[in-house]
Amino acid sequence: MSANLTALAYLVASVLFILALRGLSSPGAARRGNMMGIAGMAIAIGTTVLDPSIVSYGGILAAIAVGGIIGTIIARRIQMTAMPELIAGFHSLVGMAAVLVAAAAFLSPDSFGIVDESGAIKTASRIEMALGVVIGAITFSGSIVAFAKLAGLLSGDPVMFPGQHWLNLAIGVVIAVLIAMFAQTPDPQWFWIFTGLAFAIGILLIIPIGGADMPVVISMLNSYSGWAAAGIGFTLGNSALIVTGALVGSSGAILSYIMCKAMNRSFISVILGGFGAVATTARSKTDKPHKEGSAEDAAFLLRNAGSVVIVPGYGMAVAQAQHVLAEVAEKLKSQGIKVRYGIHPVAGRMPGHMNVLLAEANVPYEDVHELEEINPDFSNTDVAIVIGANDVTNPAAKNDPKSPIFGMPILEVDKAKTVLFIKRSMKGVGYAGIDNELFYSPNTMMLLADAKKMMQDIGKEL
Amino acid sequence: MEVDPLIWQLSIFVLAIFVGYYVIWSVTPALHTPLMAITNAISSVIVVGALMAAGPADFSAAKVLGLAAITLAAVNIFGGFVVTQRMLSMFRGKKK
Repeated sequence: MSANLTALAYLVASVLFILALRGLSSPGAARRGNMMGIAGMAIAIGTTVLDPSIVSYGGILAAIAVGGIIGTIIARRIQMTAMPELIAGFHSLVGMAAVLVAAAAFLSPDSFGIVDESGAIKTASRIEMALGVVIGAITFSGSIVAFAKLAGLLSGDPVMFPGQHWLNLAIGVVIAVLIAMFAQTPDPQWFWIFTGLAFAIGILLIIPIGGADMPVVISMLNSYSGWAAAGIGFTLGNSALIVTGALVGSSGAILSYIMCKAMNRSFISVILGGFGAVATTARSKTDKPHKEGSAEDAAFLLRNAGSVVIVPGYGMAVAQAQHVLAEVAEKLKSQGIKVRYGIHPVAGRMPGHMNVLLAEANVPYEDVHELEEINPDFSNTDVAIVIGANDVTNPAAKNDPKSPIFGMPILEVDKAKTVLFIKRSMKGVGYAGIDNELFYSPNTMMLLADAKKMMQDIGKEL
Repeated sequence: MEVDPLIWQLSIFVLAIFVGYYVIWSVTPALHTPLMAITNAISSVIVVGALMAAGPADFSAAKVLGLAAITLAAVNIFGGFVVTQRMLSMFRGKKK
C-alpha cells in the first residue's frame, strides 16, 4: 500500500472513532457506535499489518490471539459491580503498552523511521518518545494503585506522609530536567532513569487519594492514557494515534472536571489528596434522637405513597442490592405508584457507575434521572428511599457554611414528605466523615440493616 | 520553505482536542461508564506502534517488547469493546 493510501486509511479509522464516541449520546446510537469503533480498530490494525516493513506474522498473530482471548474472557465474566477496577486495570495496560512501544522505538529506531542522516534518533522524536514513555509509565503505575484500592487489595484510605508533595514536585522537576538532557544527547541512561522515576511518581500521586475520590482519579488516568497514546502517535507520525489520543485525553479531562464540579472541589485539592483522612473527629453529637423503622413500616409507607424517588449510592453496589431494589420498584409500579431514580454524578466509584448497575437490574432507562432533573420534584415526592448513599443527600452542603462539603450539589431528599434511609448502623459516616442531619430529621425513618436484606424484607411485605 | 511534518501533526492534534471536547460534552451522563470503556478500547490503537516493533524478521529486544505490547493492547481492545457492548445491551427502554 502506498504511504498516501495508508494515511487515508488511518483517517477513516479516526473518523470511525469519533463517530463511536458521538454515538454515546443515546443507548441505541451507542450500540451502533461501538460497532464503528470496532471497524475503526480493524482498519487501523489491517492497514499497519499490510505495511511492507512488517514481514513476520507468526508472533503477531499469536500475541493478538492470546491477548484477545484473555480480554474477551475477562469482559464476559466481570461482575458489573467490579467495573471500576476493570476500567482501572485496562488503563494500566494502555500505559504499559505505551511504555513498551516507546522503549522499542528507542531500541530500534530504524523500524520506526525516526533516525536522521547520521543514524541517531531525531531530536523531536526523542522528546516525543520521552513524553510518551513518562505519561505511559505514570498511567501504568497510577492505575495499578487505583486498581488495588478499588479491588480492596489496598486500603481505600489516603496514605499520607510528611513532605509528600515536595517529594513529588522534586521527582517531577528531575524528570523534566532529564528529558531536556535526553533531548540534547541521546544517552540511553537518561531514558531508563526518567522512565523509572515516572513509574515511581505514578504510585506516589495516587496513594494519597481516598476511595471516594476515585471517580476523579479514574477519569484522570483515562485522560493520561490518551495523552500517552498521543505522545507515541507523534513519535510514529501516525495520525490515527494522534487523533485518538487527543479524543481520549480530552474525554478523561472533561469527566474529571464534571466529577470535581459535582463535589464542589478543585482538581488540585483532589490531586493533593487526603480528603476524609482526618474524618471521624469531626463527628459531633451521636446521641441525637432518631427514628428507626422496620421493613413492615417501610412497606406501609410505600404502599400509601403516590410517588417514590430512589437515591442509590456506593453502598448499593457493595451490598449487590440493585436487583432486589429493582424488583421492589416494579412491585410498586404495578400498584400504580410512580417510581423514579435520582443519580448523583459522583455516586459510586466511577462516572456513570450507578446507571450501569441499574441497567443491569433491568431498570428502564426513562426512570433514571440526573440530579438537575429530579431535584425540583422532591417537594412533590411522598417517599424518598436513600440506599447506600450518604453525603450526596446531606443538607449541610446547602445550610452549613462550615461543613467540609458546603457548596456541593446534593439530591434534595430532605424536601420529600418522608425519607427512608437504609444504612447498616448509626455508626458509619460517609466519605467526608461528617454527620448527616437528615438522620435526625422528624420526617426521616432510619432502616438499619444490610441494604439487600432490607429490600428483600420490604419486598415480602408488599 | 517546507513545513515540518511535526507542525502538521500538531495541527491535527489540536483540532482533534476540540473535536473531542464537543463530542464528549454531548455524551449523556448515564453512559459515562461505557464511555470510559470504549475510550480505553480505542486508545489501544497504540497497537499500531507495537506492530511496527514486532514486524521485522530479525529477532531483537525491540521485537520482544513489541510482542508484549501487542498482547497487552489486544487484551484491552477485545476486553474494552466486548464489555462496552455488554453494558450497552443492558440499557433498554420500557419493557413491553
